[in-house]
Amino acid sequence: MKTFRIIGRNFRDAFKGVFRNFSLSFASISCITITLIVVAVSMVLSNNVDNFTKLVERDVTIVAFIDNDITNDQINEIKDKISTINNVENYEFRSKTEITKEMRDSSEVFDSIMRNWTDEENPIQNTFQVKVKDIEKIDNVAKQIEKIDGITLVKYGEGMVEQLISTFDFIHKICIGAVVALILVTAFLISNTIKITINSRQREIGIMRLIGASNLNIRIPFIIEGLLLGALGSIVPILATVYGYSALYKNFDGHLFSPFIKLIEPIPFVYTTSLILLAIGIAVGMFGSWRAVKKYLKI
Amino acid sequence: MDLIRITNVKKTYKTGVTAIQNLNLTIAKGDFVFIIGSTGCGKSTLIKMLYREEKPTSGQIIVGGIDVGKLRNGKVYKIRRKIGVVFQDFKLLPKSTVYENVAFALEIFGLPKDEIHAKVLKVLELVGLKSKVKNYPSQLSGGEQQRVAIARAIVNGPKLLICDEPTGNLDPSTGMEIMEVLEEINKLGTTIIMVTHDINIVKKMNKRVIVLDSGRVLKDYEKGTYSNENI
Repeated sequence: MKTFRIIGRNFRDAFKGVFRNFSLSFASISCITITLIVVAVSMVLSNNVDNFTKLVERDVTIVAFIDNDITNDQINEIKDKISTINNVENYEFRSKTEITKEMRDSSEVFDSIMRNWTDEENPIQNTFQVKVKDIEKIDNVAKQIEKIDGITLVKYGEGMVEQLISTFDFIHKICIGAVVALILVTAFLISNTIKITINSRQREIGIMRLIGASNLNIRIPFIIEGLLLGALGSIVPILATVYGYSALYKNFDGHLFSPFIKLIEPIPFVYTTSLILLAIGIAVGMFGSWRAVKKYLKI
Repeated sequence: MDLIRITNVKKTYKTGVTAIQNLNLTIAKGDFVFIIGSTGCGKSTLIKMLYREEKPTSGQIIVGGIDVGKLRNGKVYKIRRKIGVVFQDFKLLPKSTVYENVAFALEIFGLPKDEIHAKVLKVLELVGLKSKVKNYPSQLSGGEQQRVAIARAIVNGPKLLICDEPTGNLDPSTGMEIMEVLEEINKLGTTIIMVTHDINIVKKMNKRVIVLDSGRVLKDYEKGTYSNENI
């Protein structure tokens, strides 16, 4: 009961502290707000780039063209060989008839040309479409498939895919680095801003010590105050994320530049991002206060 | 029964200045003691050591059974909870009301609200400020502010009240009013040690008087034996 009373009072005092020293609290809140907005932008960017990478990875397929002259038994042999290759996630056999039909369905031009082909005349080949587990080792799988007898050609958009993925990976790493650096900078900035706030309340801390407040008694209200400053500072970045990202998504119709580069759906993405922003704000606010008040706890 | 026992205490500051040398003193429970002396005689250092704002360089200070010199920084609150301190500049929280300033000293102990309310009102009544609970320090006179500081210092029921020139910022008649409040508190059993420059107050109060000079006890007058020509 006593502990609850003390906690309750600490929260009340922290609220009072924020509002009675509003100009300095406002400085801390603004500092948190500005940096969290930048953190939010980096997070949105980083998560989307990560999403693009996953989409690209999911779509990349190795197409292995099969010699049209081989028998069904030989095709089954090829199938068995593909299934034993490491890093193969799944594979699918697509016959030339299936592919021809698909092409004819997709365009009238194709249809008019292909309509009159006999089976012998049709140059389209049977294929195996193979998906891999680890996209970075796709060329290795392609090379192994190429060696199988009866395979005439292997294609997977080599070069372009690797480049795209390594570019996305690079952007993703930069974004994560930026988020981490920004969090550290924010913690430092907030700690200094709160230090100014606390510096102006040295007298209050001195009086608290004088009347027999223990270090914990003194520290807790300031740490709760840091928590409140952090939470208040994250309001604007959260609103900016929720409304800003949703508007951006709507404006670009869910994808950037081409339908291929899809943006992450706003819900639940904006909510998880908001929770993370709130947690970062609270954590840096509390850490900043803890660090700032430490100085005044010695005699 | 002694509340304070000071044995062979010496205090030398880092600057090399020795403020207290070989001081031996005992103060009994329930006593009212004035500490006087010229500026730099060691009065302030002595009382700062009592509430462990300063540590003695050597010797021992026992206050209410606690060896104050041996308290670590993190444990200082233990002695502070047994002592009330009143300063010349009141040291009130300017943004808190009279009630909040006094209640503050009880809230850190986690007392129930009703108990705090009753204690605060009782102590404000004792110092004559019950009607000003909602005022802020800036709305009070110097004398009233000092009463609030006294109320805050005694609301915990400390065994010892240390007053560092509590009348220094007040006019003589207000100063005497404060002394009346302190006398009242002393009658209720609290030991009071008061540092002052105001000889008139010392004479009028007729209490024990300790005269310090260069960090030593120059004279120690028993209750009612001090007169002005001695200084």
